[in-house]
Amino acid sequence: MSATLSKTTHSSKPALEVRNLSRIFDVGGGILRKARPLRACEDINLIVERGEVLGIVGESGSGKTTLSRMMLGLMKPTAGEILIDGRPIHSIDRHELSRKIQPIFQDPYSSLNPRKTIGQIITLPLEAHGIGTQSERNLALEQIMSEVGLPPRLKHSYPSQLSGGQRQRVAIARALIIKPEILICDEPTSALDVSVQAQILNLLKDLRASHNLTYLFITHDLGILDYVADKVAVMYMGRIVELGTARTILAAPRHPYAQALLGSVLTPEPELDLPDLHLGRGFPDPLNPPTGCSFHPRCLKAFAPCAQIRPQTIHQTGHSIECHLYPSDQTGD
Amino acid sequence: MISPDMDSKTLTQSTNASERPLLQVSGLSVDLALPAGALHAVQSIDFSVKAGETFCIVGESGCGKTMTSLALMRLLPRSAKITANRLEFEGQDLLKLSEKQMAELRGDRLGMIFQDPMTSLNPVYTIGNQMEEVYLRHRKASRKEARERAEYMLQRVGIMSPALRMQQFPHQLSGGLRQRVMIAMTLMCEPRLIIADEPTTALDVTVQVQILQLLIKLQKEFGMAIILITHNLGIVARMADRLAVMYAGKIVETGTGLDVFRHPRHPYTKGLLSCIPTHASQRQNESIADRRLGSIPGLVPSLIGEIKGCSFRNRCQWAQPDCASTNLDLREASTGHSYRCLIDAKSGISPTAEAAL
Repeated sequence: MSATLSKTTHSSKPALEVRNLSRIFDVGGGILRKARPLRACEDINLIVERGEVLGIVGESGSGKTTLSRMMLGLMKPTAGEILIDGRPIHSIDRHELSRKIQPIFQDPYSSLNPRKTIGQIITLPLEAHGIGTQSERNLALEQIMSEVGLPPRLKHSYPSQLSGGQRQRVAIARALIIKPEILICDEPTSALDVSVQAQILNLLKDLRASHNLTYLFITHDLGILDYVADKVAVMYMGRIVELGTARTILAAPRHPYAQALLGSVLTPEPELDLPDLHLGRGFPDPLNPPTGCSFHPRCLKAFAPCAQIRPQTIHQTGHSIECHLYPSDQTGD
Repeated sequence: MISPDMDSKTLTQSTNASERPLLQVSGLSVDLALPAGALHAVQSIDFSVKAGETFCIVGESGCGKTMTSLALMRLLPRSAKITANRLEFEGQDLLKLSEKQMAELRGDRLGMIFQDPMTSLNPVYTIGNQMEEVYLRHRKASRKEARERAEYMLQRVGIMSPALRMQQFPHQLSGGLRQRVMIAMTLMCEPRLIIADEPTTALDVTVQVQILQLLIKLQKEFGMAIILITHNLGIVARMADRLAVMYAGKIVETGTGLDVFRHPRHPYTKGLLSCIPTHASQRQNESIADRRLGSIPGLVPSLIGEIKGCSFRNRCQWAQPDCASTNLDLREASTGHSYRCLIDAKSGISPTAEAAL
């Protein structure tokens, strides 16, 4: 095992690539009843270039977290593959993988061990990987704490003595101390207050530049992606229904579901009333998904083929969409 | 474009201007006894809510907004001491009511919607059972009447097949449905005032909009007033007739939505507003690297022990020596819009300096 903190040299391959990835859970099986398939992720294709931030947005149950767990190697896909630097994820050793990809979770209250000090928590990855001597680890600890904006005196404190924002900084420091290339952030700010959320988002943005990091940023709030993401993937019932640059998706989303999501972002404008959302009530049963386009029962613009035929994914330069409203021959701006 | 909502906003303001407020709070304080000393969770706050109006209390965690709502319902923990010059609802002094009288008021004239409907619904009773119980508790009605009432209310909140839902248990419903049930239950006795504490925080953004739309629709239908407590400034902007911004147990700014969002006076309000994403279309010319959210440096101060001066001074870029010693009252910026600050955050100069010029 390597015992240095030096970074590996990069190939020209994308940092992260996902090809035809699917994950199906079997639910509700019993003695008499056959288990039914729940398609948490279906036929996902993504390319994340080095240094890029890909935002993944969708309602709860859309498969965002399943996707992130597969990318962390915590769950095996049913079909398809994940490539890291062009290498299939299953061929990468667990230790090596954890040096490349690190997670930051939503709730900094439950993701930190309450019985360890902040210093122990942050340096644990170094210990686990046998990197550096005690004094080198201490040096790395001090450096990373100052980078994420934690005062050095907190090194001997326990998580319960810290505020939510400070705990999330600890989670970020712990993820960064072994110098990973990719950070998978699953709702990293949704448990925080607005003023603290802004601090953490700005910090993640600074760290991305200074550490040349690649982010996968999972959230249900399209509004904050505008500040952090280069590309945005909109997920609905396990499928990516629209994928494009953050600028195009946030300025003019084309898929009706992406439009509804953007419409639900409540910007602080007292002149405006609540948006008029025409989303049918309720999320369809994922065990019994609608035929054709899975969004058609909630879609205002649904027409004849939507209920029967699943729309093809239409690719254009840097943009893809899965909707009958945009047939392949009529797309193009 | 004038939407029906704007109508109701202006309507409530004009028709009820002369009436006595539904709820009047003045000098409300809540102190919690802790081993380290008294924690001043809420410090002498004043506000009033008119019939049919939406009043928002906005602030971050620990600012005292939930303690305020619990104090109004008299549901505070035993260790809490509540004092007030006035706590009047429909002309009744809430502090003088016995526990029994208070219990009669809760769920009848005074309703409450909590953040997490899973913890506020009883998991071992069916939806129907819990809803009927509210009605039977407050009204002389038969079980059958109560059941019909519950079915009617479930329909009003947009639940399909209410008869089926009544037989289900809370865990069988989705988060959005549970919150709808919670609202239907609160409406059983048609309260005059509903206190909604972060009613949509646990929900998806799309469901959040639907629940808020529902609240507005029902408010018009039943003519009730709503105190909406939230940390989400987007919700406040779209919902509030009037609002109060709380910081460290005090109201630091209060006014109409337009006043506070378009002409914020307190540095904390200004800071909060800079922290939230605005709409992409307003910032087309910015490059992504320039896109930064504003933030407020520092932490909320401890509320334990004696508090002197402005609690925000340690995080405030305009702080002056006077801020540490002066206990300020709310100052009026315009009619109905007031703020608690020595310094005029708009111009950056203190009022005394202004007078000297």
